[in-house]
Amino acid sequence: MSTTNQKMLPLEPPSAGGSLFASSNMLTLRAMRAIQRVPATFLPTLAMPIFQAVAFAGTYFAITKIPGFPTDRSINWFLSLSGCMGGAFSGLGLGFSAIRDIESGFMDRLRMAPTPRVALLLGPLLSSLVRTFVVLTTVLGVGYIFGARPTQGVLGILMFYLAGFGLAIVATGWGLGLAYRFRDMRGAALMQLTLFLVLFTSSAQAPMSMMQGWLLHVARVNPATNILRLSRQGFLNPPVGGVSWENTWGGLLAIVVLGTLTMWFAYTGLRKLEQ
Amino acid sequence: MTTAVLSTPPRHTTRDSLRQTFALSKRSTLEILRQPALIAPSLIFPLFFAALGASSFGRAVGKLDGLKDVSSFLEFSLASTLAQGVLFGSTTGGTALATDIENGFMDRLLASPSTRVGILVGRLAGGSVFGALQSLFFILALYPFGVRIQGGIIGALIMVLSGALIAMSIGGFMTAMALKTGSSEAVQGAFPLVFISLFFSSAFFPRESMTGAYKAIANYNPLSYLVEGLRVLTLQGLTSQATAQALLIPIAIGVGSIALSLRQLSKRLAQQ
Repeated sequence: MSTTNQKMLPLEPPSAGGSLFASSNMLTLRAMRAIQRVPATFLPTLAMPIFQAVAFAGTYFAITKIPGFPTDRSINWFLSLSGCMGGAFSGLGLGFSAIRDIESGFMDRLRMAPTPRVALLLGPLLSSLVRTFVVLTTVLGVGYIFGARPTQGVLGILMFYLAGFGLAIVATGWGLGLAYRFRDMRGAALMQLTLFLVLFTSSAQAPMSMMQGWLLHVARVNPATNILRLSRQGFLNPPVGGVSWENTWGGLLAIVVLGTLTMWFAYTGLRKLEQ
Repeated sequence: MTTAVLSTPPRHTTRDSLRQTFALSKRSTLEILRQPALIAPSLIFPLFFAALGASSFGRAVGKLDGLKDVSSFLEFSLASTLAQGVLFGSTTGGTALATDIENGFMDRLLASPSTRVGILVGRLAGGSVFGALQSLFFILALYPFGVRIQGGIIGALIMVLSGALIAMSIGGFMTAMALKTGSSEAVQGAFPLVFISLFFSSAFFPRESMTGAYKAIANYNPLSYLVEGLRVLTLQGLTSQATAQALLIPIAIGVGSIALSLRQLSKRLAQQ
């Protein structure tokens, strides 16, 4: 039924209210509200890195006594691992949310909405960065209480944040890509396992100079080693530590390459989901 | 559909009770072994961490207190690998019981004229068998990499028995949790507490090398003494003290945890 004064809807839905920025912003807000309403989905992401920093620093305290170890504070060494782990799991958390959305049918409604598809990636990415900021700041605060002291001032702390954000981007892309492909909780197990393996087969526990055997060979080619070096430079004593381009570029390159690849993986996963 | 539940079980002869308990033990053992996806992480992850530790901290051997008389970090790690794997696997039994509650199988068991304690013992026995098999698996898996048990075959058998007892004692807590909550998610959620207890012990690094609050916690943590008992059997040989530590500590924990799970079982029966 039509009337003469009825406005015709354009064939292409307008992007007003569905612009990239507005849509991404709304999805970010939604993810933030989910933390407030269901804290259980975020608390493990926050608690695990804190536990890891404290437990590892206490258990492996003695390794700092080995000659040549780049710091005399074990918490300084393990804080960066916890920060990177926190960033990574903040990103993966958005992968878990995507799986829940797919299973509950909410993702179908999002896909039917007249919004740019990239917003479905950008929204989770922004919220993972916000989550990562909360995690990194908390880890840093708890680390300080347990004796962590930056050796390179504000610049070193910025590097710690940069590495954490970088891994959050990589993990968000990886998490979303797997979520869009597996579409159920099998993807969640794979997300955690792969990231866990990548992080721990790097210089996560001990510096390269202390490693022996297979791990040394794997850690040398593992990009996570570069990201950890980027993160640690503000907490270690020179010559291993110290904010320098030498300690920075490898981590930045790893973040840019892995971030691009994993976000592309997520984008193609979203395309597959639509097909 | 509701299921009538017998809160007062019928009288059984000892033979009947044993037969039923055996059948339930067999069921829970097969249930664990038939789910490779569930048990694989508890076998693979501890070995991965052992390999990781050996490569990361190998150079600490001979230099740090507590590691000065050790020939390889991998040998030092066998005890923690065993404890970690068995603790990890002990959640499997509790999760399976919670799943039985969730899908109504527990109600059917309670409605049947079977022994009540047998339901619990059967579940714990399944976990213990798996714990023993895990221990044997870790000993055999690390053997080609030069890990030898100085306590010999008897020492290895004590370690396997200790694995079974650890599985039973921690399984008791998980079973109590399953009976209290009836949720497999809650049982899984309790695992980090067990993991934290292991981390704040001397499982991964010697107590001699710790300081401050960490050392104080490790000194009070019974898991430290349990793992150290297993470690002495591996690194030094068969001693009565190490044997007692490896066997009596899990038995003592088990007495508490099984009493707790029996209490939870009575509460659940009273609610039915």
